[in-house]
Amino acid sequence: MRVNEHPILNFTKGKKVKFYYNGQQLEGYEGETIAAALHANGVRVMRESIRLHRPRGLFCNIGNCSSCLMIVNGKPNVRVCVEKLQEGMVVETQRGKGELK
Amino acid sequence: MRHTEICIVGGGPAGLTAALRAAALGAAVLLIDRNDYLGGQLIKQTHRFFGSKQQRASERGINIARELAYAVQEEEKITVLTEATALGYYKDGVVLVEQNEKIIKIKPKKLIVATGGAEKTLLFPNNDLPGVYGAGAVQTLVNVYGVKPGKRVLMVGAGNIGVIVSYQLLQAGVEVAGIVEAAPRIGAYWVHASKVVRAGVPIYTSHTIKRAWGESEVEGATIVQLDENWQPIEGTEKDFDVDVICLSVGLSPLTELLWQAGCKMEFVPELGGRVPVRNENLETSVPGIYVAGDVSGIEEASAAMMEGALAGLNAARALGYNAPDLLQRKAEILKELEGLRSGPVGEKIRTGLAKVTC
Ligand SMILES: Cc1cc2nc3c(=O)[nH]c(=O)nc-3n(C[C@H](O)[C@H](O)[C@H](O)COP(=O)(O)OP(=O)(O)OC[C@H]3O[C@@H](n4cnc5c(N)ncnc54)[C@H](O)[C@@H]3O)c2cc1C
Ligand code: FES
Repeated sequence: MRVNEHPILNFTKGKKVKFYYNGQQLEGYEGETIAAALHANGVRVMRESIRLHRPRGLFCNIGNCSSCLMIVNGKPNVRVCVEKLQEGMVVETQRGKGELK
Repeated sequence: MRHTEICIVGGGPAGLTAALRAAALGAAVLLIDRNDYLGGQLIKQTHRFFGSKQQRASERGINIARELAYAVQEEEKITVLTEATALGYYKDGVVLVEQNEKIIKIKPKKLIVATGGAEKTLLFPNNDLPGVYGAGAVQTLVNVYGVKPGKRVLMVGAGNIGVIVSYQLLQAGVEVAGIVEAAPRIGAYWVHASKVVRAGVPIYTSHTIKRAWGESEVEGATIVQLDENWQPIEGTEKDFDVDVICLSVGLSPLTELLWQAGCKMEFVPELGGRVPVRNENLETSVPGIYVAGDVSGIEEASAAMMEGALAGLNAARALGYNAPDLLQRKAEILKELEGLRSGPVGEKIRTGLAKVTC
């Protein structure tokens, strides 16, 4: 959900871009973080905890806590709260630790 | 290897001010920040500031950040590296930095650490569900990206940050179901608290969150009243139909680099956790490493700027830079800081600082 009206802020958005979340096509804006774009589309679950497989989402939103790790363009352990959205990005829920290729 | 006179880690109000003051004396400064913008926490603060009168109270944080960042970019003695994260500090005085997946080694003559703080969490069942956020996280989402975290929020903590973020959520069109505060009193300044109260948001003092509900995301929360010994009173539980729980229960200093450098640290609850021992020049127990801002003790932006100014002046002076009125400049800042920390509001900070300043 986006903020449509605000008494003191104007949000200047970048170019509208398409990206993929677990195979589903979504829209966001260039220049915003992947986490912001996912939230705007109502997606708040980002990964699964390693041992108990519990859902995890955003917590700090400044790249500090690693709660938001996802697989982006095939690369695991990307902190989507600080990674900027780009046209065509493929974003997936991360399960487990991720593998070095 | 990149050599510089002063390296500053962190481009929040403390780091930016340190850079400006050191460069004004003639020192060459390399400023690094892991974000792609400068300004630190200030960038999301749209409210008029609390804090001292001289130090720009009633200005909006976001405007102060823009002004400082602009001045830093105009100053030719300062080189800025953004999207650059300091990963480590090595025994030989090298700061290891990652930028665009490349490693940069920086060997400064003096290092100023101004890395700020990170939000604390709270223990309760289901506190790991998506939908539980730090208050600053929600502030970033709403004020920087214009995106809502959900529909209805329970705020935990009625200090300045909790109350301010609640108000900003209302401004953005998000419902705030209530604010919970464990202490018997609202911690925030009344100017801020009265705004949310007027908007009809209930503040539950002597209450805490008991648990969050939900399968894969937050779907609700239960709060409970506390007795005078801070113990939950059975039968006083209230349920809230919320999809967001915001934690505003304080910050703790981001001190990893200081630990790596072997700086002497002390646990000081008044300052938010483990903080570096420092002298009145803000130099740590490791000669040549200075601290400023929230990393040296959680306070507020005005104090961060003044500490930054001091650290910047002192580091430059230690390199041999001088100005006829240097001592006077320092004395003025020290006096302002003292004013800021005076009175009952500053008591906690004064007690904390007395434990780690030698
Ligand atoms: C929600 C909220 C509301 C607030 N409201 C007010 C207010 O009204 N008035 C007020 O005076 N204060 C307010 N504050 C407090 C104020 O924002 C902080 O005290 C102040 O920003 C601290 O400044 P700083 O420079 O020490 O740290 P920060 O502003 O946190 O800046 C630290 C910088 O360091 C960078 N960094 C950290 N680690 C690294 C690393 N390893 N490598 C590279 N860069 C790194 C970070 O990216 C960040 O940009 C508020 C704080 C919050 C969270
Ligand atoms: S939410 Fe903490 S690192 Fe992304």
